[in-house]
Amino acid sequence: MDPVVRAEFPGLRLRWVTVPAPPGDSPPELVGRLRELSNRYRGGGVVTMRTKPVPQAFRAFFRQIGLDPDVRRIPSEKVAVARLLQGGFRSVDRIADSCLVALIETGVPVWALDAERVAEAELGIRISGEHATGSLVVGDGEGVCCILFEDPLPGWAVGPRTRRVTLFALAVDGVPEIHVEEALWCAVDLLTG
Amino acid sequence: MLPAHVQDRRAPGAGLQPGVVTDERAARRTLREQIARLERELADAFVTAFPMGGLPQPVAAGGHPRLLSLGELEVVRDDLAQRLGEARLTIAERADDQAEKRLILERMLLAPADYRFVRISCRELGEPGCGVWQVRPRMGLIGMLMGWWQVKLSSGCPLPGGHGAG
Repeated sequence: MDPVVRAEFPGLRLRWVTVPAPPGDSPPELVGRLRELSNRYRGGGVVTMRTKPVPQAFRAFFRQIGLDPDVRRIPSEKVAVARLLQGGFRSVDRIADSCLVALIETGVPVWALDAERVAEAELGIRISGEHATGSLVVGDGEGVCCILFEDPLPGWAVGPRTRRVTLFALAVDGVPEIHVEEALWCAVDLLTG
Repeated sequence: MLPAHVQDRRAPGAGLQPGVVTDERAARRTLREQIARLERELADAFVTAFPMGGLPQPVAAGGHPRLLSLGELEVVRDDLAQRLGEARLTIAERADDQAEKRLILERMLLAPADYRFVRISCRELGEPGCGVWQVRPRMGLIGMLMGWWQVKLSSGCPLPGGHGAG
């Protein structure tokens, strides 16, 4: 973690794990789980979501980094609104669905990077000097993997040839560590189980 | 200007310039805490206002996540405080409107003839559903001529298939 970023946001954390990732569509169990999770969401629940501790922590953090969470939604609200608009959570593939379930279950966002591309030891949050200069990004020693809270950039994103993925979760001040661990465990379990 | 003996009180090991940095960090931390508190209060206001018709949403603005300067944090804090103030005002106004409608409904129930054909929807009362309270004549035209008035509550939301469906 960049020392300036760490000093500014002591509660900002990046946790990651690298696991083998079989490519392809989600198994029926995972699709079924997404369908079950869709049934948990109602309009009233989505409206009150922002008063819950974890979404509230992310909303406050968004404000603190210059984003308006009413315009650029936090990850858990973004998928909840998508669920209401689409009528259900849509299955994409095994990796994306695993990350989605982890997010729905814990409120902590999880993204996947192509592990062959990432210099794991140097993965961290820093201020970008090359891509979207001045932005907070997740990067390794070689470059910017993604802008904070955005999807991975091409090159680092998971592709058809990906065989190992680095799953990373972002947590902010106010999000208990157990939620972060649970999010990663959940995604890993669904990918490898 | 602070008294000299206050200015000399620095943390052990602190130099001349680091003292300034420490002050700004404290200010930034305080601003971040204020932003978090205002965000919580705004979220509560949003939930309170939702059944009343919701709050106006901000216009879309671009930008990437970044470290904000002290001035930018102040702008975010002030903007949130303003939005919270406006949200509370909106809630108060709508609550007053609802209280006024409830009062009218009570008077309608007591003296329907004084409120002929007046309609108050459940939404105006802050209640869920599509029902409407309406003062209508009993037995149609005869009731109108005889002065027989009553308050009726409509049956609720229309069926999805339209009139006569289901």
